[in-house]
Amino acid sequence: MIALSDFLILGALLFSMSVAGIFINRKNIIILLMCIELMLLAVNLNFIAFSHYSGDIAGQIFVFFILTVAAAEAAIGLAILVVLFRNRHTINVAELDKLKG
Amino acid sequence: MTFEVSNMALALPEMFMLAMACITLLAVSFLGKNGAKAAYSLSQLTLAITAIIIYQSLGQTGTTFDGTYIKDGFSDVLKLVICLINMLVLLYSTSYLKARDLFKGEYYVLAIFSTLGMMIMVSAGHFLTIYLGLELMSLCMYAMVAMYRDSFVATEAAMKYFILGALASGMLLYGMSIIYGVTGNLSISAVSASIQAGSLDNTVLSFGIVFLVIGIGFKLGAVPFHMWLPDVYQGSPTAVTLFIAAAPKIAAFAMAIRLLVGGLGGAYEYWQDMLIMLSVLSMIIGNVVAIAQTNIKRMLAYSTISHIGFILLGVLSATQEGYAAAMFYALVYSLMTLGGFGMIILMSRQGFEADQLDDYKGLGRRNPWFALMMLILMFSMAGIPPLVGFYAKLMVIKSIVDINMLSIAIVAVLVSVIGAFYYLRIIKLMYFDAPEQKQLLEAPSDMRVMISINGIAVLMLGLFPGSLLALCASIFPL
Repeated sequence: MIALSDFLILGALLFSMSVAGIFINRKNIIILLMCIELMLLAVNLNFIAFSHYSGDIAGQIFVFFILTVAAAEAAIGLAILVVLFRNRHTINVAELDKLKG
Repeated sequence: MTFEVSNMALALPEMFMLAMACITLLAVSFLGKNGAKAAYSLSQLTLAITAIIIYQSLGQTGTTFDGTYIKDGFSDVLKLVICLINMLVLLYSTSYLKARDLFKGEYYVLAIFSTLGMMIMVSAGHFLTIYLGLELMSLCMYAMVAMYRDSFVATEAAMKYFILGALASGMLLYGMSIIYGVTGNLSISAVSASIQAGSLDNTVLSFGIVFLVIGIGFKLGAVPFHMWLPDVYQGSPTAVTLFIAAAPKIAAFAMAIRLLVGGLGGAYEYWQDMLIMLSVLSMIIGNVVAIAQTNIKRMLAYSTISHIGFILLGVLSATQEGYAAAMFYALVYSLMTLGGFGMIILMSRQGFEADQLDDYKGLGRRNPWFALMMLILMFSMAGIPPLVGFYAKLMVIKSIVDINMLSIAIVAVLVSVIGAFYYLRIIKLMYFDAPEQKQLLEAPSDMRVMISINGIAVLMLGLFPGSLLALCASIFPL
C-alpha cells in the first residue's frame, strides 16, 4: 500500500527539481519550458493524491483545468520562443541580457 | 446545486464581456485591414457597457456557480475601476500603436480577454476561479508584450515575463494544493471555515501559506520576487507597459485579499511576518534602486515596487482599516501610474520613445500645461500633500502605527523621503534645464484632454479624499 506521504514526497521532489532547473540552467530556454511543465505536473500529483486519500473529487477536477491551462501556456511560451529565435538567432538563456540596470 | 438564470445573472458583466470579446475577435479576423479600427471601437464599447452593467447592479450581493463566483461591494468597486482604467489605457495607447505600425486588432482583443481575467480574479470565491482568472489575465499579457515582434528588447522581456510568470503560477498552485490537503476544501469560504474551526496541522498549513505568499509576491512584484518587473516595464512597448502597470496590479491586490484575508484571515499570524519582510524590502529596494536609473520606464518600475511595498503594509496590518487603506492605495496607485505612463506616450512620437530622463529636459518651456500635469503626478507619487498620493501613504502608515509596529512605520517614512529625490529630479529636469529639442508635442486631442483630466483627478482626489476613503472603508469586512 502506497501511503499519502510517498506521493507528497515524490511531488515535492519533482517540484524542487523543476525550480532548481529554472534557476540553475543557463543554456537552453526549451529546458526552462520543460521545467515549467514538470512543475505543474508535480502540483497535479499533489492534487490527485490529496483528492484520492480524502475521497473528495474536486481536486481531480482541478487537475483537468491545470492540464488545459498548461497546454495553452506551452503554446504561448513556444510562440514567444520562436519570435525570440528569429530576432536573436539563439535560445541561450545567458544571452538574454539586453535589459539590465 | 441548481442552475437558475436568475442566479447566473450575478455574473452578467463577465458574460457580456466574454461574448463581446468573441465578437471582437471575429470582427478582427473578418475585416482584415480595417479590423484594428473596429476592434478599438468595439473594445471601448465593451468596457463602457460592462462598466454601466456593474454600476447598475451596485449594492446587489451574492454568490453563484456553487460559490465559485462572489459578487460583493469589493468586487463591484474594483471591477468598475478596472473597466474605467482600461478604457483610458486603450485610449492612450492608440496613438502610440499607430506611430509604430503596431495598430492591430490583436492588441484590443487581448486587452479585453485580459480584462475579463482580471474581473474573474476579483470575483473569485474558489481556488479554481482564482487560478483560471489569473492565467487568462497573464497569458494575454505575455502575448501583448511579444506583439512588437521585431523589437530585440520586447521579445526578451516577453520571454522573461513568461518564465517568471509561469514560475509564480506554479508556486501559487503548489500552495493551493497543500492548503487543499490540509483543509480538504478548494472553496475560499470553506477553507476559512475549517481554519476557524481549528484542529488543523499548523505546520503543513504554514508550509502551504509560504508558497501562496511567494506566488502573490511574484504577481505583485514585491522584493525579492521583483526581478521580472523592471525588465518587462522597460522592454515592452510603452502602450503595453501602461496596460501591465495599471489594472493588473488591482487584480493582483484583489487576489491577495481574497486568498489571505478571505480564505486565510484566521491564520494571519502565519502570513503577517512574511508580508512584513516583503513590504519592507520592497519599499527600501524600490526607492533606493530607482535613484540609479536613467530610463524613466525602468525608474517607474522601481517606483511601482516601492508602491507595492506600501500596499502590502496595509494588508499586513490585518485590520479592517488596514485593508481599506491598502485598497485606497491600490486604486490611487493605478490612477497615478496611468498618468505617468500616459505622459511618456504623449511625449513620444514616431522613432522617438521619450524613455530617457534627459528627454524631459525643459518640458516646462516646451509645453507648460503638460509639464504641470507631470509635476502633479510626480508630486503625488512622492506623497506630497495635498495630492492624493499623500493620503494613500498616510492611511497605510496610520494602519501600521495603530497595531504598534512603529519601527516599520519609521522605515516607511524614511524611504518615502529617499524616494522623493528621484521624483523631484524629473521636476528639476522639466523646469530648470534647457530643452534639448524644440519640437512641439503632437498628440490627438482626446488624449490631451484625458491626460489633463487624469492629472486634475489626482489633484481633486487629494483635495477631497473623503468620499473615496469612505467608499473603501465601507467595503470591509468582506
